[in-house]
Amino acid sequence: MKKKTELTIKLDKRSLYLRSLVVECLFGGGRGHMGSAMSLIEILRVLYDNFLKFNPKKPNDKNRDRLILSKGHGCLALYALLADKKFFDKKILRSASKFNSILGGHPEYGKVPGVEASTGALGHGPAIGVGMAISAKLNKSNHKTFVIVGDGEINEGSFWESSMIASKHKINNFHIIIDYNKIQSYGKTKEILDLEPLKYKLMSFGYKVSEINGHDINQLKRYFEVIKNNNKKPTALICHTIKGKGFPFAENNPYWHHKNFFTEKEVKEINNYLEK
Amino acid sequence: MRQTCLNTVYELAKKNQKIVFIGSDLGPGVLDSFKKNYPERFFMEGVAEQSIIGLAAGMAFENFRPYVNTIATFITRRCFEQVVVDLCLHNLPVTLIGNGGGLVYAPLGPTHQAIEDISIMRSLPNLTIVSPCDAHEMKNLMLDSVNLKGPLYVRIARGGEEIVTQKFKPKIGKAIFLKTAKDYFFLTTGITSHIALEACRFLKKTENIDCGVAHFSTIKPLDKTFLNKIIKNSKKIITVEENVKAGGFGSSILEFSSELSTVRKKAEIKIMGLKDKFLEKYGTQQELLDYSGLSFKDLSKNMKNFIKK
Repeated sequence: MKKKTELTIKLDKRSLYLRSLVVECLFGGGRGHMGSAMSLIEILRVLYDNFLKFNPKKPNDKNRDRLILSKGHGCLALYALLADKKFFDKKILRSASKFNSILGGHPEYGKVPGVEASTGALGHGPAIGVGMAISAKLNKSNHKTFVIVGDGEINEGSFWESSMIASKHKINNFHIIIDYNKIQSYGKTKEILDLEPLKYKLMSFGYKVSEINGHDINQLKRYFEVIKNNNKKPTALICHTIKGKGFPFAENNPYWHHKNFFTEKEVKEINNYLEK
Repeated sequence: MRQTCLNTVYELAKKNQKIVFIGSDLGPGVLDSFKKNYPERFFMEGVAEQSIIGLAAGMAFENFRPYVNTIATFITRRCFEQVVVDLCLHNLPVTLIGNGGGLVYAPLGPTHQAIEDISIMRSLPNLTIVSPCDAHEMKNLMLDSVNLKGPLYVRIARGGEEIVTQKFKPKIGKAIFLKTAKDYFFLTTGITSHIALEACRFLKKTENIDCGVAHFSTIKPLDKTFLNKIIKNSKKIITVEENVKAGGFGSSILEFSSELSTVRKKAEIKIMGLKDKFLEKYGTQQELLDYSGLSFKDLSKNMKNFIKK
């Protein structure tokens, strides 16, 4: 387990910029899962900036890497990255959750370019990802499949079922990433349905398991570099993260898991932290 | 019927390399030939229905055509959310094959009796539902399944039924007259077609009443042109299904009928199906059908009384 102090890493300009895009969605729609998106930003940033193969002009290119955000409620972070990578115009971010928007409170396949599967009902992404990874093997294709799950999400039995299937088929092109911010909707994961000893559970289900600080760009880069040569079994990465990362008043605060209203004071506070 | 269904999947797989078979934990020997000749496209993934549906969805996203098979109650109840979200919302061409539709697993009790699968599956957008009445029809509908662009649920009946569709070339979406008549019809799906045919013979013999049977192998989408004609041109219709009445096949006929203009001549419609209860008895499928008021004599009596009304 990484020490908490290590998780309080200072965010650089790019991380703050990506957070500002999330805030555009939040203020545009007046609602969203803020805490759940903020813990994800660095994971998605490193994947999209440095590792995933994709072409925003051909979002269905067969050789692309597949990324499923199984914790669909963290979609504002995904929208920020997809807009930043020009899958769609950044102006669309401000329409999030509105009647005619392509950006809903959970991501939808076929509406949002770059979204591989509609998620929101938890525990679905891993099995879909396993199907994609097995298909890649059948097609003798080299692309990889990444599935990001939340910590509360893996309360679902379907996650563990899928893990057994992934392990059985030894799909080394299948990579699970757990956004372990340790707070689910009602409160602390430790109190609601404790996942520990998570690392050993994942190992016993057949994953090659690693643990890192999910906000540390260098650690993330090192990890994804290493698994490029993964050749034996599926991998699981436990990313220790902070819910609401970047905004002290929201950090580790279950009341910021989802917001459907922002007071003037909250808007001001959010803007202040982004300007810093 | 089940054997015909699975054999047809194998026949399809010989010609189409994109066809994969996914089972949960089926009986030993199921589709051995498929496994032997195409092991890379044969998946037996354990008692994990939720993940099997997701797995099928993932493969369908990658242009494979998965055929998923397990017991009807498990493929509809246990993984309902996966069917809704992973298959129907994405509108993926995955075929779900449910063994033991209706009361086939009578002696195994209510956990295995699929009394509401038609109702719950019928509520899902994008899903096609078929419930064939014999092996000939099953084979033809399965051959047709590769042409669908979205998900399909196949309800398998008990097996060994008399072949009554041999004169037809069954297609998904097409209803047929198994017995023609002028004014009175049973509208059926699945094995209730056989019960209705027997009821027709009984009514003719005992009451000299001439009844027909219109068989809907496809429950959704309904063959609306066919249905429109029969509602318009007949007097009394009784729908019959091996499923609870709530939200089932009969409900779909009433829903359609309610949309027709009231000025237009319309047949009166009554629905027959399983009662709104879990069955507390075991025995055979036939015993449970009789117990549920779905014997040919029940159908005959109902029709006779309906006509007299």
